[in-house]
Amino acid sequence: MQYLVSVIDDTAGLATPDEMAAIDVFNGRLEAAGHWVFAGGLAAPGSATVIDNRGGEAMVTDGPFLESKEYLAGFWIIQAADLDVALKLAAEGSRACNRKVEVRPFR
Amino acid sequence: MSAADATEAVTRACQEEWARVVATLTRRFGDLDIAEEAAAEAFATAVARWPADGVPPRPGAWLTTTATRKAIDRIRRENNRGDKHKEAQMLSHNDPPEPPGALDDDRLRLIFTCCHPALAMQARVALTLRLVAGLTVPQIARAFLVPETTIGQRITRAKAKITAARIPYRVPSADDLPARAGGVLAVLYLVFNEGYLATGPGTDPVRHDLTAEAIRLTRLTRALLPADGEAAGLLALMLLTQARRTARVSASGELVTLADQDRGTWDAALIAEGHQLVRDRLATQVAPGRYQILAAISAVHTSARDIRDTDWPQVLTLYDQLTRLDPSPVIALNRAIAVAEIDGPQAALAAVDRLADRLVGYHAYHATRADLLRRLGRSHQSRAAYDTAIELAGNTAETAYLTRRRDQLG
Repeated sequence: MQYLVSVIDDTAGLATPDEMAAIDVFNGRLEAAGHWVFAGGLAAPGSATVIDNRGGEAMVTDGPFLESKEYLAGFWIIQAADLDVALKLAAEGSRACNRKVEVRPFR
Repeated sequence: MSAADATEAVTRACQEEWARVVATLTRRFGDLDIAEEAAAEAFATAVARWPADGVPPRPGAWLTTTATRKAIDRIRRENNRGDKHKEAQMLSHNDPPEPPGALDDDRLRLIFTCCHPALAMQARVALTLRLVAGLTVPQIARAFLVPETTIGQRITRAKAKITAARIPYRVPSADDLPARAGGVLAVLYLVFNEGYLATGPGTDPVRHDLTAEAIRLTRLTRALLPADGEAAGLLALMLLTQARRTARVSASGELVTLADQDRGTWDAALIAEGHQLVRDRLATQVAPGRYQILAAISAVHTSARDIRDTDWPQVLTLYDQLTRLDPSPVIALNRAIAVAEIDGPQAALAAVDRLADRLVGYHAYHATRADLLRRLGRSHQSRAAYDTAIELAGNTAETAYLTRRRDQLG
């Protein structure tokens, strides 16, 4: 079972060196225990571009698809046997990156 | 066998066997939805067949077997049966083989899944009452003063989340147990209350099966968590309440209030056990939680020879302590009853009236007002409050009591 662990941020700041170091340690533990699938940090939402090609002619819009106070700053995709395991890992991840996270299962 | 006898047998089997059937099927098929639906179909089949065929010698085994067949039929009917089978296998393979006689733990496993912290508190309660206690959606809706559609949606969404997010079907590990127990105790208390003040025009005023089930599961939870003061407190509270059960409903099926109960009929063994639990908790010197305080209030009542002998100032002190932990309007309403005994009905009525906007849909609010207004000689207003209380009360014994009190007004 795979879960998306989204990092939710409401500050403009990037991760501090201490936070980055803690994230690296956490990533190492994910890999060692076989939970690692993928992870990444994202650039600021202002750097996003929205494309809509449903009409056959691609419409390009500057900025994120959703303006909000809180935004997605990064994510992990983890492999876990069940939600209890995923929630424990997410709690560790939240502490490491010092931000709120959301856990959502893949279908 | 008459149709009425068979219906009675199904009703009894439902109350006794429902949780076992759902828990067994959930472990086997790894899907609460299938388990609930198949259990409901099996009970419906029993209603249809038992009048003609007679009640089987082991109703529980018959229901489990029938429900299992219904579940397999449903899985075969569905297009994605391969996925369902795979999923069920994966879940059951995570668990050690079932030891014989592990049914009780199966039900506890069902409770912990239904009370999972990833579910909203309201959803946990509704799910547990439906899947473990076997209450219907209308009964649950009445217990929580919300519309039936709201309860139905809570249950549907919770089951969908359990499946989609793969909330596990097991008793939590030792590390997680204390944190998970609080949610379970809240649910068990509500199950007990539903049994103690059963709702529905056709039901007994007290459903001893539900109160007994709540006590049994609370004993189990306490055995798992011997250091949890609240588990002990809740058990004490239930025992001290259960001890008064026979005195609480008259021979004619009418509610008897604490003041009028024949205290000689109270169950001395249950009271002794409850008092011992309360004393043990007091001896620990650990700050009590809400169940321990409620148990202490019950202990004060069950220590008194009669209503006048009750240590009301002690009751009020305990309610003040409780209000600091839980400033809910229902606690404030019960506190006002103690106020009436110390400062008189006028002071109590003022306190009750301040709760109007939050408790307008709660029968006990109107019943308490009616009684205070009666004591103040305000018959006309008292009658109106009794009318509203009777309209909202779902318990047959309570309705009978309230109706008589209203009709005695001058």
